[in-house]
Amino acid sequence: MDEQEGAVQPAPKRQKSSSGDVSRAAKFRRGPEVATRRIEDKKLKGKLRYTERLVGEAQAAAAKVDEWLLPAEPGELEAEGMERTWRFSQAEIVDAGEAGAARKAFDLSLPQLGPYSLDFTRSGRHMLLAGRKGHLALMDWQRSRLVCEVQVRETTHDVTFLHNEQFFAAAQKKYTYIYDKRGLEVHCLKDTTEATRLQFLPHHFLLCSVGATGVLRYQDTSTGRIVTQHRTKQGPCDALCQNPWNGVLCLGHGNGTVTLWTPNVSTPVVSMLCHHGPVRALAADGQGRHLVTTGADGQVKVWDLRMFRPLHAYFSPSPAEWCDISQRGLLAVGYGRRIQVWKDALSSKQQSPYMTHTLAGGTLSDFRFCPYEDVLGIGHSGGVSTMLVPGAGEPNYDSFVADPFQTRKQRREAEVHQLLDKLQPEMIVLDPTAIGQVVREPREVQREKQAAAEAANRARLAEQQQKNEEKKRMKGKNKPTRRQRKKQANIVEEKLPAMKQRMREQGVSAEFGHKHKAAREEAGVPAEVPRALHRFFKK
Amino acid sequence: MKVKTINRSEEEAARERAQDVQKVHRNLDPALHPFEKAKEYTRALNAAKLDRVFAKPFLAALTHDDGITCLARNPRRLNSLLSGSADGDVRLWDIPARRCLRRLVGHSAAVKGISVTADGEACVTCSTDCTVKLWKVPFAPFEGGPIVEDAHPVLEFSGKYAFRSVDHHWGRPQFATGGAAVEIWDHERSEPVQTFSWGADTITSVRFNPAEPDVFATTGSDRGIALYDLRSSTPIRKLVMQTKTNAIAWNPMEAFNFTAANEDCCLYTYDMRRLASASCVHQDFVSAVMDVDYSPTGREFVAGSYDRSARIFSLNGGHSRDVYHTKRMQRVFAVRFSGDGSYVFSGSDDMNVRIWKAEASEQLGTLLPRERKKHAYNKALVERHKHLPEVARIVRHRHLPAPIYKAAKLRRTKIDSERRKTQHRIAHSAPGSVKVKPARKKKIVAEME
Repeated sequence: MDEQEGAVQPAPKRQKSSSGDVSRAAKFRRGPEVATRRIEDKKLKGKLRYTERLVGEAQAAAAKVDEWLLPAEPGELEAEGMERTWRFSQAEIVDAGEAGAARKAFDLSLPQLGPYSLDFTRSGRHMLLAGRKGHLALMDWQRSRLVCEVQVRETTHDVTFLHNEQFFAAAQKKYTYIYDKRGLEVHCLKDTTEATRLQFLPHHFLLCSVGATGVLRYQDTSTGRIVTQHRTKQGPCDALCQNPWNGVLCLGHGNGTVTLWTPNVSTPVVSMLCHHGPVRALAADGQGRHLVTTGADGQVKVWDLRMFRPLHAYFSPSPAEWCDISQRGLLAVGYGRRIQVWKDALSSKQQSPYMTHTLAGGTLSDFRFCPYEDVLGIGHSGGVSTMLVPGAGEPNYDSFVADPFQTRKQRREAEVHQLLDKLQPEMIVLDPTAIGQVVREPREVQREKQAAAEAANRARLAEQQQKNEEKKRMKGKNKPTRRQRKKQANIVEEKLPAMKQRMREQGVSAEFGHKHKAAREEAGVPAEVPRALHRFFKK
Repeated sequence: MKVKTINRSEEEAARERAQDVQKVHRNLDPALHPFEKAKEYTRALNAAKLDRVFAKPFLAALTHDDGITCLARNPRRLNSLLSGSADGDVRLWDIPARRCLRRLVGHSAAVKGISVTADGEACVTCSTDCTVKLWKVPFAPFEGGPIVEDAHPVLEFSGKYAFRSVDHHWGRPQFATGGAAVEIWDHERSEPVQTFSWGADTITSVRFNPAEPDVFATTGSDRGIALYDLRSSTPIRKLVMQTKTNAIAWNPMEAFNFTAANEDCCLYTYDMRRLASASCVHQDFVSAVMDVDYSPTGREFVAGSYDRSARIFSLNGGHSRDVYHTKRMQRVFAVRFSGDGSYVFSGSDDMNVRIWKAEASEQLGTLLPRERKKHAYNKALVERHKHLPEVARIVRHRHLPAPIYKAAKLRRTKIDSERRKTQHRIAHSAPGSVKVKPARKKKIVAEME
């Protein structure tokens, strides 16, 4: 329906929402509607209907917010005529873009201490650089302001921000260290030795590390406790990513398998053979649907993370060293000096990339999409540079989730709330919606269980009976315990069916305790003979 | 070639002046909010814990010189409470200031009942010294001063026997007293205008129906609950239970329902139109229930017991919602809800009237809108997750004094063993030969017309 038309004409009162609204509302639907029609319990039915109504109203309200209150549109790159989007160079894009965008594309030339790895905060405002030779720098990159810079004079493999930009962790030669935003060393995590990859689970406050020893460690950064250590038994591990949807960690191993881990289970919850050869890099998308793996066999594979099945695979001319997925589902793959960005590559197989880029400064070592921005931050041997990728980031942020313009007071408030809402490590499961749900046993299972219970009962009774019959001696028969046990054998329950069967055969009705007339005559007893004499007649 | 990238300006996001509130953007897309359920569960758990942390219901104690026997609230004034004690003293309290305004002195024996007139100007008190006195109840003065003693009741009625309870009519200048018989008195007359009796028993409590002006109910020492109508000269209906009923309270919102506080540790809610079966049995006490009073909302009632505790039940809840006790509180003889339903008063044998919050963890004082929303959110969270074991455990937990805890355990054991025995009996006898009465009918002996 045309929106303008709807505004001019008075709409009929109970108008069905248009198809656009329906699809918009479908995004906010959590699970299927509860069928209340057949529920007999009136109270329950009323309650469920009321809840359903509330859910429906909330969904409609959310769809309205989505329609009217989210002003910003996602970025886009369009080719006209014979142009192809992947042929555009960064210089052309920067020239054609707005003035604000040009500031976001920059090159930092740091040739001495590289190659660099990097990380962004969850709001995308701060960037963390780590040179292999020990150069750590924290930048408010959108304002081009250096917050702190420190030279640790030690090999640094990886860095990650903790719950906000105040603290970050660096995996150094032997131990992992935590620094604050002034660059001062706050903690030395002596348990976390020889880590090469770090991940932080922000909702659980868990710092996860894996490295040369192949041990996956979870350390709680709010209490300092090591939650669990899992020995992967697969040798050194150099590929680690988290599934942001359920907090499960994905590890890529040298033998081509990818294992999925939670803190609760000491073995991998899922193990998939993904490549013929070492797994080089992993990336999971924001809603936990897809996993992208790149291997030394030159394949870039897309996996369905709910069915654990390969969806499709791309071939890269030289093995892809790194990959990442943006908020809006763009896939970036890099090898050597080249970076390719693919659009819609997860849901279906694409023929050509969305964008390509060749680094001038050096060979690639790490790249990350910046959240809430159309920017890809790239760490390479010659320093750090950024690349504009229109359509990568989510244009509308939520102030209570991640706010790029957060003030100091807001940050403090948010920190308190983050800690209050901190999730326990036990809540990391493959299906995060299972928490708080009733798991009902299927009917077949219920029936099987019931049958098993009945069989066990019968077996017990038979056993008891056999035991009772075996014993002929009278000694000890009348002990209180034995009497009690005999009572427990529930004689009535046991004998009743046999008794009833006998009565039915003899034609005795249970209510009156005497035989039917027909049955008696059949047995050859004359009608006038009294009951006491029946036994003298032949049956 | 068309290029569009995200381009936010900080000026747009920032507030204009320091006095403005910070701008907040919401994006409700579920993709940005992972772990919804886990977070909600965590919040529910925290809300349940906070609820228990802030559950400090006791507010104040008002002291007497002897055990409290009866309480009455003024239907016209929220801040006013009257208490009568075993030494014949009646005190009028200013609840917000927690002080005594006036002592009504004159009874020479224990005051057994107080009732305030419907206009809130006067009160009647009855005593075991065979008198009923009518007093003026003054306004609460604004300034604190010395306690005034009032030794001059407006009216004095003398009867032939000790009075056990009194209740004033909701409209007319009449009141009913209970003792050896039920008597209806008029303000203008020195003799009772009407007398009811059904057998030779002592009437222990009288309560007028709040909706039907002529109907009232009494409980007696013959274990009966009797219903009367002022327009007829004889009682209408009587219900005899196995044990004595100590007090009775009408539901102010559904005035055909009343709740009876019984000696057998339970309370029974009856529909006066169908006395054959109780509509609900409320249990949890471990000793005789002494008094009961409804909240003005009619959704909850408070009951006090001989086991030194007071409990709050919901209208149709089989078990109590909350239990109040202190180390020093003795046998509770009188309980009342406040006129706004947010406080509870209990009068006990240790010479104290105690003021409690009706909702144990409620925040007192004026709430900011944000605070109110937060409380509502927390309440909804707990309500939604109350079936989950961890939340249920926290919400259900109440600390109990050791004697009550042990007695409750013993009681539980007895009930369970009885139930088990009945089950065995049913299993081992001919089908249909064992008749089991439901708990709602079990204690009813007879219903008389």
